[in-house]
Amino acid sequence: MLDNSTTDVIQGTLDMLILKTVSLRPIHGFGIARRVEQISRGVFKVNAGSLLTALQRLERAGWLDSEWRETENSRRAKFYALTRAGRKQLDVETADWNRRASAIARLLKAEA
Amino acid sequence: MWRHVTRGARALIHRRETDRDIIDEAQHYFDEAVAALMACGYTREDADRTARIEIGSLTRIREQARSYGWEHTVETVLSDVRFAARGLRKNPGFTVVAALTLALGIGATTAIFSVLNPILFQPLPYPRAERLVIWDIFEGARADTTFHTYQEIAARSRSFEWLATVDGLPWQPTIAGASRPARLDGQSVTADYFRVLAVGPSLGRNFTVEDDRFRGPKVVIISDGLWRRRFAGDRGIIGRKIRLDDDLYTVIGVMPRRFDNVLGPATEIWKPQQYETGHIADFDSEEWGHHMHMAGRLRAGVSVAQAKQELADIARTRIAEFPRPRFASLTSGFIVDSLKDQVTRGVKPALVAVAGAVVLVLIIACVNVMNLVLARGAGRRGEFAMRAALGAGRTRLTRQMVTESLLLAITGGVLGVFIAKVGISTLIALSPAGLPRLGDIELSGTVFAFASVVTGAIGVITGLIPSIELSRRDPLSGIQQSSKRIAGTHHAAPQMLVISEVALALVLLVGAGLLLRSLERLFAVAPGFDPSHLLTLQVQISGHRYDSDATRWRFYARALEAVRRVPSVASAAETSLLPFSGDQYGAYGVQFEEDRRGYDVSRYAVSSGYFETMGIPVRRGRPLRDYDTVGAQQVAVISESLARRQFPHGDAVGKRLHLGPIDRPWCVIVGVVSDVKQGSLADNQTDAVYIPSARSWFADDAMSIVARVRGDATAARGDIEKAIWSVDKDEAIVNAATMDNLLRESGAERRFAMIVFEAFAAAALLLAAIGVYGVLAGAVAERTREIGVRAALGASKRAIVGNVIEQGAKLVALGGAIGIVVAVAASKALTTLLFGVSRLDPLTYAAVAALLGAVAVVACSVPAWRAARVDPVIALRTE
Repeated sequence: MLDNSTTDVIQGTLDMLILKTVSLRPIHGFGIARRVEQISRGVFKVNAGSLLTALQRLERAGWLDSEWRETENSRRAKFYALTRAGRKQLDVETADWNRRASAIARLLKAEA
Repeated sequence: MWRHVTRGARALIHRRETDRDIIDEAQHYFDEAVAALMACGYTREDADRTARIEIGSLTRIREQARSYGWEHTVETVLSDVRFAARGLRKNPGFTVVAALTLALGIGATTAIFSVLNPILFQPLPYPRAERLVIWDIFEGARADTTFHTYQEIAARSRSFEWLATVDGLPWQPTIAGASRPARLDGQSVTADYFRVLAVGPSLGRNFTVEDDRFRGPKVVIISDGLWRRRFAGDRGIIGRKIRLDDDLYTVIGVMPRRFDNVLGPATEIWKPQQYETGHIADFDSEEWGHHMHMAGRLRAGVSVAQAKQELADIARTRIAEFPRPRFASLTSGFIVDSLKDQVTRGVKPALVAVAGAVVLVLIIACVNVMNLVLARGAGRRGEFAMRAALGAGRTRLTRQMVTESLLLAITGGVLGVFIAKVGISTLIALSPAGLPRLGDIELSGTVFAFASVVTGAIGVITGLIPSIELSRRDPLSGIQQSSKRIAGTHHAAPQMLVISEVALALVLLVGAGLLLRSLERLFAVAPGFDPSHLLTLQVQISGHRYDSDATRWRFYARALEAVRRVPSVASAAETSLLPFSGDQYGAYGVQFEEDRRGYDVSRYAVSSGYFETMGIPVRRGRPLRDYDTVGAQQVAVISESLARRQFPHGDAVGKRLHLGPIDRPWCVIVGVVSDVKQGSLADNQTDAVYIPSARSWFADDAMSIVARVRGDATAARGDIEKAIWSVDKDEAIVNAATMDNLLRESGAERRFAMIVFEAFAAAALLLAAIGVYGVLAGAVAERTREIGVRAALGASKRAIVGNVIEQGAKLVALGGAIGIVVAVAASKALTTLLFGVSRLDPLTYAAVAALLGAVAVVACSVPAWRAARVDPVIALRTE
């Protein structure tokens, strides 16, 4: 299912990816991992342990809310939703990331 | 932040649910992954396996997720604590001894700290107390200053925000009332006294300059204690008139309950001095008497050094406006102290010595526990080595040992606080009368903080040092060790600990020994009279009907008559100055006819029968008799020391002297009596002149009655008081005490230091003995096999015992030698407390060394005996 080009999520971006994913709609842990993989077309692979730890951290920071709910295939799962503070944080991190990414892109271009 | 705390706490409290949550979430994750794989066409088994490979083990995920948050750290610590507690419970002997040792050390230290804290460390209980200074004038020695000197300083100095004087002459008014008359301890102060201290009355108003003018209004401020006791805390007291010594005084203020009057802790009532300021050129006036304490509050921005400089400048330059008599010329300047130094100066040496002693005890207690930990560590070397081999890091092992010792220390600390509580009340009960700020000695927050810090520090130290020592040993030998196939190697650390313990114990023993010998020497000093069966009490004259000297003398004579009629009284007499009573202001000048040289001597105005009642031997001539009060000739009796000084070759009897004012007729010396110690047994000033009280140039307003009683001296007190009140029921009787008690009290400060030292030294000796025992017992246990082999090879019991004893003796001898060297240096701190014994007294050192040796022998003999009983067969079979 996964090829060799899979890598771990870039250090420090996991939080942002989670926030972004959750911002679309309330979603459970596996859903997040799956979406990150799908949308990145399998480039990023999310480690389950890191993901669950990160979810705890984000919830503790007040950026996520959680709730146990039934899934569509009637399993009980913990669903995460973005809070107002979480949205703000996502904006901050996104802007920050864009700034850095474009800086790196410029640097690479200049070298080429 | 808050969220972190609350969520963490919730997670911690609902650990099971939180765990459940994580487990469920991980499980769900896994299930979804499997479902997703199956949706891609995997069979259930394949999907399961693939998910497991991709996701990793569920347990690992759970562990990882669980390790998040501060509560996780708490949990690790808790599990360490649980593990440590289990270990301690498994080894109750070690735990009890170690915890009790620490409890003793922490308790003793905390108790002593609580005494030292308000006296030495806390500022005085006044706002910006560091700006308070007090001074005396310097005349070869500290001397109280005079009112007119104060006036000059007040007018000329610019360094002080407020200045005041307190009269050193006692003002002890008798307060009349429904109940028995009571004598109060009062202070005469200048108007700004309370402003210097920056504490004002909580009710009513402060003194003003108007109150303090000559012949001003009779007003007083009273203490909270007096207000509650005598006036039931009635707020209407302000403006009310109370009767003191037959005069009506208006109460204008009540001081706050927390007001601590360090310049007179017993004071309950204050009045303005109202000295005359105008007659400064009259050098014979009362205002030129040396009985003032001058205190001031420095202006903001003025340093103590600047104030000293200014006072020195004022002392050096005279101005016409402020003439100075010869006896207050200020040529030697002032001695300026901070108020705090002044208050603590008297008790500091004893307290510092006691503090030093308690630190030694604490160190010994710690050393002992470290030793126990090491000894236990030796037994657990196998465990540690195994764990190290299995990958436990050095930090992990250290952390666990420190957790264990912290747990021990905290147990000890909690017990210690109880010990401290008992200790504090014991210390207060034992404390010498001069100990200031007694009311503030308590288990305060500061004291608790101190105890906690000490406990924590001890916990860390007693865990860290042994763990460093243990971790230095290599794990491989540790594992081999635990299988007991190899004879133990000797480790230096426990031995060094024991040596230091023995040395410290010896230092304490020397201190205790020196103090004990001092006290022995002190009480071996003859007071100069026979204190047994003597009851003493003081009668304070009060009221205008005793304004004339004649009425006073008549009252004293009738009171003495009445006391002599009490059946249990064998004999009785009166004196103006009673030895060991704390009476002051008995010093007057004496001049002899021969050379007109002057001395300061104690003036005793006494009744007939004084020498007989006190049991003071008459050396030459005769004692004072009843007829001396009426005869034409004025007579006096002098002390032996004075006679020897003035008439080294001739007889004093028949010579003539003046006591006090020189315009009085000469007194003929009719007798010489043996020297009497006045202030304390350590006094060496015993020059005294005795005159018949009724022939004195003034009638004292308080006289002490001494009664030699048949049987128990205290039992006669009620009858004697009744007899005095039968003459005048309104006169206050104070300070009733037996002479035996007064004598004992006079050594209170030394006794206090000695009892504390003895207790500490005993504890130290016991701990050192346990230490020696522990090391030897450990060594014998470790060497069981070796000893067994030796025994099997034919070593005699004697040789084996000798070997163990030798090992112990080496430790003790080395420790003792180091201890003696340290004690020689440390005993300097004790010199002011010693009496009649050198701090290097060889007898004390020898006795202490012998005691230590004897205890060491006992401590060594048990392990030696155990070594001798090692059965080679069993020892070799224990493999």
